[in-house]
Amino acid sequence: MTLLQVQNLSIALPSGADRDLAVNDVSFDIEPGEIACLVGESGSGKSMIAHSILGLLPPKIRPVSGALRFGGNDLLALPPTEMKALRGADVAMIFQEPLTALNPLKKVGEQVAESIRVHDPKMTPGQTVARVEELFAQVGLPEPARIRKAFPFQMSGGQRQRVMIAMALSNNPKLLIADEPTTALDVTTQRQILDLIKELQARMGMGILFITHDIGVVADIADKVVVLKHGKVVEQGEAAPLLEHPTQDYTRMLLDAVPGRGAPRTRHVEAAPLLEVKALEKAFVTRQGMLAPPRRVTAAENVNLSLATGETLAVVGESGSGKSTLARMVLRLIEPDGGAILWRGENVRGKRREGLRQYRRRAQIVFQDPYSSLDPRLQVGESVVRGPMAFGTSRSESEKIARAWLDRVGLDASAFDRFPHEFSGGQRQRICIARALALEPELLIADEAVSALDVSVQSQVLDLLADLKAQMGLSMLFITHDLRVAREIADRIIVMQRGRIVEMSDAATLFDAPTSDYTRSLLDAVPGRAFFARAEAAAAGAREAKA
Amino acid sequence: MNKTLRTFLRRPAGIVGLTLLGLVCLVAVLAPLLYPASPWDIAGMPFARPGEDGMVFGSDTLGRDIAAGVVHGARVSLIIGVTSTIAALAIGVTLGAVAGFAGGMTDRVIVRITEIFQTIPNFVLAILLVAILTPTLSTIIFSIGLVSWPPLARLTRSQVQSVAQREFVQAARCQGQSAASVLVRHVLPNAISPIIVTGSLTVAAAILIEAALSFMGLGDPNHMSWGYMIGAGRTVIRQAWWMSVFPGLAILLTVVAINLVGEALNDALNPRISRS
Repeated sequence: MTLLQVQNLSIALPSGADRDLAVNDVSFDIEPGEIACLVGESGSGKSMIAHSILGLLPPKIRPVSGALRFGGNDLLALPPTEMKALRGADVAMIFQEPLTALNPLKKVGEQVAESIRVHDPKMTPGQTVARVEELFAQVGLPEPARIRKAFPFQMSGGQRQRVMIAMALSNNPKLLIADEPTTALDVTTQRQILDLIKELQARMGMGILFITHDIGVVADIADKVVVLKHGKVVEQGEAAPLLEHPTQDYTRMLLDAVPGRGAPRTRHVEAAPLLEVKALEKAFVTRQGMLAPPRRVTAAENVNLSLATGETLAVVGESGSGKSTLARMVLRLIEPDGGAILWRGENVRGKRREGLRQYRRRAQIVFQDPYSSLDPRLQVGESVVRGPMAFGTSRSESEKIARAWLDRVGLDASAFDRFPHEFSGGQRQRICIARALALEPELLIADEAVSALDVSVQSQVLDLLADLKAQMGLSMLFITHDLRVAREIADRIIVMQRGRIVEMSDAATLFDAPTSDYTRSLLDAVPGRAFFARAEAAAAGAREAKA
Repeated sequence: MNKTLRTFLRRPAGIVGLTLLGLVCLVAVLAPLLYPASPWDIAGMPFARPGEDGMVFGSDTLGRDIAAGVVHGARVSLIIGVTSTIAALAIGVTLGAVAGFAGGMTDRVIVRITEIFQTIPNFVLAILLVAILTPTLSTIIFSIGLVSWPPLARLTRSQVQSVAQREFVQAARCQGQSAASVLVRHVLPNAISPIIVTGSLTVAAAILIEAALSFMGLGDPNHMSWGYMIGAGRTVIRQAWWMSVFPGLAILLTVVAINLVGEALNDALNPRISRS
């Protein structure tokens, strides 16, 4: 019997939104023991569908037609009390951000115990504790008895997501809804969580509705795929045939947009080093109280690197590896503890006001979060104009430069007078690039510049960066957590772990013959690796057969 | 600017607050026309009830017209409220912004100074200052300004600290803008909303401090003020309620109006609300 039937579901948005229906006439089924993936870019309505199943839609947004058949009921017509009984029992959910989904002031064991007690009030405290420990063991948390008493902030992101999964499993749900459960995690952690979800699903025979924007994850985990665009189903079907032979352009575009599938670059740049970093050291020390020993986090330990003119160097690492701190230290937004940063052989660390200003003109940065890196109270044109003006260009001349750059990054002329919140994430990142390049730098530092963007937008921004780099002869220091992105753009790659460089080699060498175990584990964790390798091999085979 | 104004006027709080405040200001401006005679002059018999003897709000213990006092008092209250707040903002925002943006030793020194001022009870310090400097309009403004800046400084500092960490501020630094320009053009505009709201509350608080000073007889003897009137009428409040109630209502009205305006201003200055 089908577990969940979504029948012609339509969800209306409040008037004034960019479209009338967030979800438009969507139908699909989930069988018991099946993982169905909802794939789509941000704004495609995939989270709306998940939230409507649990009756968790935000106010003002409501389903207008269709039905959600689950265990003989229509979930849309279910009275609130029955819905409440269902939530967390037969249907459970895991969220994207485990830090905000857990109560920061309560021990994680108690939070899981609470979700058990709500649905089974007769259970004794002893039984509840036993059940919590059993669940924690099931989701692979070490020392369940100890970790039960930990607070969320004492755990890593992956551990927190495991707690969330334990909570969702506490009442043996028939249907588990996972809303981008691995998006906020590092690749290696993502791999572990995906494996865990798959294993639990096989063991417990639940149906899973898995929501993601990453088609690589889909390739790894899905039995069935539903591709969504602007609230409509583009295509759906069994995972393997659909991914291997997509019938729709949109699905093909999503697949093609996944970065890092072509051959890595083999270009070797022979030029004088533009930037050299020598024996850079940085540690963050936080005092936690009078008696507690200070906590010391090493962000950089004997970091050495050099970047040649016209070269792209990618720095890859997981969160906490010190890669962003490195980018900021190069610009002296964070002061290093020791070591040297040489710009054309001249130490940047000795520079004072004017020297530093002139240096920063040559070395510009694009930040990760396109939402916080533009002044919300300033028209975007003005944000760009201020750079050239700070170096003595007249206002009219600067405006001309700014308009030219906004045009060059692919925004239309009206963008100049608009405010940042009127743009999408990808457009904002283009504005940030225009702002950085309006100063005609020689080095562009991209600090996770495409990490917050959808894959399709990501590939557009990467293409833009590659074009501009070729036109301007820029050197680029590209910070990313995603090896696939690094493969797309880098000539050379540095892999960092806990403030140390574990590997530094040409892109091709790194992908073909990684020398360190850590790099290898990162490579293995790339989602969809097996699928894309197969697709690549098939394509190569087809080419050979033709020839 | 137009859009900001439109949002402001679309808020009920904005319209009501602005109307009330406009009314108070109008009364203050027109005071010499409405009641050309000095409010200290005896206009009729003492203890006249409201409406009696041609005096709408009645008269006080000496026969002075309460309405004239309320109207003229509006000038004193508004002048003191606004100018002492400007003084407090000038001190508080400058110190807070410098402390929050510079950090390090500068920050520590400024925070200590602020704390010293905060440990002294506001009102006691104000009384002391006015008593030593002899009560005149300018010494009262000076004293109120001097006791009102610490909360503004602390607020500005924390706001500036949080805004300064945002990436657009770092981007502005990378654009080569000078520290002062980054602070004034990028950090402060993004930190200003809560400061404006608190500033408007400070106007209200300043009016109350002035009223309290006058109530204790430390007002400027040349200017009729609401606080003085309440103080003078307090001994006979059971026989003649109107002597304290009308100036009291005037204070209430003004303070509420200012708060409403501040609230609407907060929304209007937020581009996300004003342009949606």
